[in-house]
Amino acid sequence: MDILIYGTVNSVTFALIAVGFTLVYGVSRLPNFAHGALYVLVGFLTWSFVNDLKIFYPLAILMSLGIASLLGVVIYRLILIRLRGLPTSEIIASFAVGLIILEGLRLQGIGGFKGFIGPFYVLPSFFDSKLRIAGVLIDFQRLFVVGGGLTVVVLLWLFTHYTKIGLSLRAIAQDEQAAMMLGIDSDRAAVISLSIGSALAGLAAVLVLPLGNVTTEAGYRVLIYALAVCIIGGLGSWAGTILASFVLGFAIITSTALFGALWESVVLVGAIILILIFRPSGLLGKQKELEERV
Amino acid sequence: MRNECNGEDQQRDRVIGSRRLNIQERRKERLDRGIKVRTEGLYALTSWREMGYLLLPRLLLILGFLSFPLWLDMYWQRVLCQAGIYALLALGFDFLAEYVGLVCLGGAFFVGSGAYISGLLNAQMGWSPLLTIPIATVFGAIVSTVVLFPCLRLRGIYFAIVSFMFPLLTVNMIIALNIFGGTEGISALASFPNVWVDQYLILGMVILSLFALRRLVNEDFGLILRAVKDNDQAVKASGLDITLYKTKAVFIAALMGCFGGAYLCHLYGWVGISQFAMDFSILPIAGAVMGGMGTLVGPVLGAFILTPMSEALRGFGQLRVVLYCLILIGFIVYKPEGLMNYLQRKYHQYEHWEEV
Amino acid sequence: MDEALLQVKKVTKTFGGITAIREMSLDLDRGEILGLIGPNGSGKTTLVNLITGFVRPNSGEVFFKQRKITGLQPHKIADLGVTRTFQVMRPYHSLPAYKNLIVPLNSPRIRRTRGGNLGDKDGVAIDLLEEIGFERDAYVPYKMASSLPLGYLKRLELGRCLALKPEIIICDEIFSGLSMAEISTMIPVMEKLQMEGISVMMIEHRLRELFKLVNRVVVMNFGEKLAEGIPEEVMARADVRKAYLGTEELTC
Repeated sequence: MDILIYGTVNSVTFALIAVGFTLVYGVSRLPNFAHGALYVLVGFLTWSFVNDLKIFYPLAILMSLGIASLLGVVIYRLILIRLRGLPTSEIIASFAVGLIILEGLRLQGIGGFKGFIGPFYVLPSFFDSKLRIAGVLIDFQRLFVVGGGLTVVVLLWLFTHYTKIGLSLRAIAQDEQAAMMLGIDSDRAAVISLSIGSALAGLAAVLVLPLGNVTTEAGYRVLIYALAVCIIGGLGSWAGTILASFVLGFAIITSTALFGALWESVVLVGAIILILIFRPSGLLGKQKELEERV
Repeated sequence: MRNECNGEDQQRDRVIGSRRLNIQERRKERLDRGIKVRTEGLYALTSWREMGYLLLPRLLLILGFLSFPLWLDMYWQRVLCQAGIYALLALGFDFLAEYVGLVCLGGAFFVGSGAYISGLLNAQMGWSPLLTIPIATVFGAIVSTVVLFPCLRLRGIYFAIVSFMFPLLTVNMIIALNIFGGTEGISALASFPNVWVDQYLILGMVILSLFALRRLVNEDFGLILRAVKDNDQAVKASGLDITLYKTKAVFIAALMGCFGGAYLCHLYGWVGISQFAMDFSILPIAGAVMGGMGTLVGPVLGAFILTPMSEALRGFGQLRVVLYCLILIGFIVYKPEGLMNYLQRKYHQYEHWEEV
Repeated sequence: MDEALLQVKKVTKTFGGITAIREMSLDLDRGEILGLIGPNGSGKTTLVNLITGFVRPNSGEVFFKQRKITGLQPHKIADLGVTRTFQVMRPYHSLPAYKNLIVPLNSPRIRRTRGGNLGDKDGVAIDLLEEIGFERDAYVPYKMASSLPLGYLKRLELGRCLALKPEIIICDEIFSGLSMAEISTMIPVMEKLQMEGISVMMIEHRLRELFKLVNRVVVMNFGEKLAEGIPEEVMARADVRKAYLGTEELTC
């Protein structure tokens, strides 16, 4: 029974993490390797605002989300916009940006700034109480994660189906040239999607990080989770991402319960290889691999 | 021919005019060396000048590399060996990125697998480096190719993602399953007999790979790879199996990376999870972009420039990676052609001031 | 010789909600030139993609020499001898024109028929190009493929197919974009192909030129076969004329 509960929590966590990446890739075909970096950055900023600047917690959250969003826009405008259309360079540049942020947060000793190593940095949870569901003890924060995740997914669905901006994002995702002919600016759409994607990464951080610590390794881990979920679900496919996050979430929880926490990498590697061999475009992927581009 | 309407005007015009005349007097003229067409291949033997023109840069490169160990001191010789490994990785990256269209973000996987196989063979079977290095190179390449094979049928982005993830996941697996020595690695491995062997081995391998790859991309195999990058549908319609060619290309790049890894483990006598570090993935990429993608020489030079630089900055710790990435982004955005392309272009041009 | 060389039997292909091809059948006999015509969007290129393996049909089969080739990979189908040209020309722009042909000359098919090494592949490529109209004396084969004008590019596509020594060539709009003079120089090339025993299927919009070459014509409309027969009969039918409303007609 507790596998079910914890599995759901894990799956929603994965979904939260991966949804930002899928949004950016689906709309503008840009792999945002800085996703994990933005996640950790938001965690760090929130922590500094709360502890060093003594800002009210919710306000700190909003500010750091805003900064992450802005950073996403800046990355696109300064760097990626010049490389549109050159897939090799896009990948390399996005990877480099991600690494700059991630490794930069590992710095120590510069101006008394202690880098992110070790379990010193903990974000306060929203709630401290626990709850008992169906005989399983679970803390409120985890339930909050599930609730928050589901809300985010629903809100995003509504946003992309019922608002003008959301619809234009979907249009660009489906057929870029046709959408451009209808007057939708593909650069503007990319900027919007990157800002929302970065904010989503930050939101995931804010919800999930209180459960643990803020470290740079978390950045790499989160990036790997996001990439794994997207590959298994199909790059650019929404339903696929959600489905894959549930599949992966449950798989990892089950393997943790059976074999121990460290086997998660084995499960990840195994799942990816299996998908690539048997169903390369992902579980619900609509993009054919190399065919059908005549 | 101006009418003299106003004395002052005329005076001013003459001053301005003469300055203009001065600039116009000298114009920069650029000639492309048309002789390049005539000196490809066999025809170069017809003239000493043509031969010199072709041979000079290459001789400079080879002799320069081979002479480094002679005048560097002990510390920098070690750095040279490291630079050699990075140069092999950068070569592999450039080959895959420009000639096949696959961006390999995980050079560390090649290094790690070569190092671990070589270390294991040495530690558990007691074979000498003479045997373990070649075997580790080939087996490591086979393992890497098999692992990366499923994503070769797919778009380039999948290859980038998967190659990025594998070094990190493998590190986690090694720690988790506590195989191959876990976090401590395997130590007390055989080393090379003397310091000259280590350097000349790696330098020789770099030069050999460089010239071999250059030959390869001009042979039919390289032409087919370039065609795959340009228009893979047409290659498929011409009856060639694209996946097979891509696999062969990945195998070749992996051979170079795995040799570097196998060599590394015997250089230091130790194998550990740091052979899968992010450093091995990012420095070759930065070196390749800086040196000039497409020319195979550029990445080698880029690696040889960046490695000493990173050694000099050792005090900064992880800031080095930030620095490589900054350099990389700077080059990609502002000077994407890279150093070597620029130099090659200038070598084939001839600029001088000319009187008009 | 009794059975057709290429048989397409009731193939259907849907993309999402759109049925691009509906229960289409056609036959290509050995040594004939078949024309495949129809208004834009009738599914002609999709049919070619289906035959050559770039797209898998939802139902139906394709037979080549009575062997099923549905669902095979494109390079295997080309290996068997069924080649095609592409409507959107994208030569390998970093290579000279004759090097473009080195790629097909390295395919397993050529290696088998020539029994191993070809020897001087460059020479073979240039001879081939000269046969289809690249003037060797003007050094046209040595020029970069990206700098060639359209007429030469179309011939380069044809050359790419010919280098494989095929049994069938499917030409996807090979006359499009060419001037009258260029077309009139290409018609003898196509006739020579027929004389060499290669069967050709041509998708075209330039009907007047096409009808000079073809033995039979198949008309497609909305993914279905509308009519089939010799050109004069087919064009006399009212429904064919109606389908073609707005495009070039025989009476100029």
